[in-house]
Amino acid sequence: MSDPAPVKAPIEVRFRGGGFAPKPRRWVGVVVFIVLITLMEIGTRIGWISALTLPKPSDVLATFGELWESGLLYKHLAPSLGRLAVGASIGATVGIGVGVLIGLFSYIRAGLVPLVAALFPIPKIALLPLFVIWFGIDEASKYALIAFGTFTPTVVATYGAVDNVDRSLIRMGQSFGLSWFSIVRKIVLPGAMPGILSGLRISLAIAIILLVAAEMLGAEYGIGAYILEAGSLYDLERLFAGVVILSLLGVILSMVIGLIERRLLGWRS
Amino acid sequence: MDIRLDAISHSYGDTEVLRDISLDVPTGRIVCLVGPSGCGKSTLLRLMGGLERPTKGRVLQLGAPPQGCLNPLTFVFQDFALLPWRTVRGNISLVLEDHGIRGARADSIISDVLARTKLSDFGHALPRQLSGGMKQRVAIARALIVNPAVMLMDEPLSALDSQTRELLMDDLVALWTRQPFTAAYVTHNLAEAVRLGHRIVVLSRRPGEIREVVEIDKPLLDRAYGDTDLESIQKHLWGLMREEARAADEELLDV
Ligand SMILES: Nc1ncnc2c1ncn2[C@@H]1O[C@H](COP(=O)(O)OP(=O)(O)OP(=O)(O)O)[C@@H](O)[C@H]1O
Ligand SMILES: [Mg+2]
Repeated sequence: MSDPAPVKAPIEVRFRGGGFAPKPRRWVGVVVFIVLITLMEIGTRIGWISALTLPKPSDVLATFGELWESGLLYKHLAPSLGRLAVGASIGATVGIGVGVLIGLFSYIRAGLVPLVAALFPIPKIALLPLFVIWFGIDEASKYALIAFGTFTPTVVATYGAVDNVDRSLIRMGQSFGLSWFSIVRKIVLPGAMPGILSGLRISLAIAIILLVAAEMLGAEYGIGAYILEAGSLYDLERLFAGVVILSLLGVILSMVIGLIERRLLGWRS
Repeated sequence: MDIRLDAISHSYGDTEVLRDISLDVPTGRIVCLVGPSGCGKSTLLRLMGGLERPTKGRVLQLGAPPQGCLNPLTFVFQDFALLPWRTVRGNISLVLEDHGIRGARADSIISDVLARTKLSDFGHALPRQLSGGMKQRVAIARALIVNPAVMLMDEPLSALDSQTRELLMDDLVALWTRQPFTAAYVTHNLAEAVRLGHRIVVLSRRPGEIREVVEIDKPLLDRAYGDTDLESIQKHLWGLMREEARAADEELLDV
């Protein structure tokens, strides 16, 4: 390359700046679902997938219709939603509260962070018998299990989010003589909100998992009880109908959080 | 209200940052603090504003703050420090809310300060929608609305490009002419110092000591971009700072 480069036709500079910026592409998710379900339907109809491996999606839909018409859907769904709502709101509220306290006070942090780290890896399902002894076989033990399972990930996400709040904004608040309470409410909490909400996404998925686990152990009605019963009878249609309900629940909760994010975090984009 | 620094010294652990600084910031004047990087200018300002305690010496307020003053010592930060989730108006009302000023009363004084800082059309914009110069104007509006006795400005214009900086300097001069405010103004830009300062304090490299205090009598309004007498003062200041800056620069390498 010691010679001066010969004059050549100009080459356009190659574009290499794209990507790394997810944009909303709503329909893609729907298409993936439709393709998968169509494949399952075709496969089971042709006999390419045996009826013992997977139920026909159309049969699952029919089971769903029966559930709806017989009123059983409501009977199973209502108690489940109640448990989820009570358990998850207790867990998330206490989790956010404790997380903020850990984020703000050195002594609370020093005392509770190791405790939370010790509690986090315990599979909460393993504690269900303990909760039954403590809170009885009724609703209370189910609430406790779900609350406990939501609590730990929420705490960790919340104090991380509080730690990440821009210190210069807090200094600004102090320099204008804002009260401690104002600084927490108007600067720390909104600043931590993105982290808290993304933590909540994970916590709520965990809450659904624990809901089913709790209901499998002792409930007459509930999605978990329904799935357990179907499973023990190897009734794949009903099993799948139950699983679909759980998935839908997950999707709906995630959409709700998405809505909250758009409302509360509109300032980000 | 004046601010007086009485033999201030400050150390972080074993590092002595400031040594025996005595200084007055008189009412209605802008005192510029210049000095090499790391000499403790920001630290001095934080001490003046009560965000930190000096290791030795005292910071004194002389006289009472003016009528209607909500926050006597008010900062304007280099990085603006605006809440990204609040609109321009929200950011300004933040500092009023704790004083119980809300609703129509807050609206009217916010509108007034927005007009003074030429932001009237942007009251409902979010910080991310604003240019750097406008963000700093919002921060200045937020500082003005509390009727500060002393404004503590830490390199308020250094995050901005030079054209915006010129424009904002004109704005500051206009604001000061309309209603003289008291300010301690940290900068490393000597042109800024000679445009805005009634008094310029040159600090030595760390540990920061006062090397010289230069008074400029020419009224702010008569100072213009590229004035010859200002340039000669600027040259003099640069002469003072040059050696310090070089030494400070080399010092940082072997820390
Ligand atoms: N909180 C702190 N803890 C320990 N050292 C600090 C702290 N704040 C500042 N320092 C040190 O004190 C010295 C002075 O810092 P300061 O920020 O006041 O300098 P400065 O004059 O504002 O510099 P610059 O021109 O870069 O803004 C620096 O050496 C810095 O490393
Ligand atoms: Mg500084």
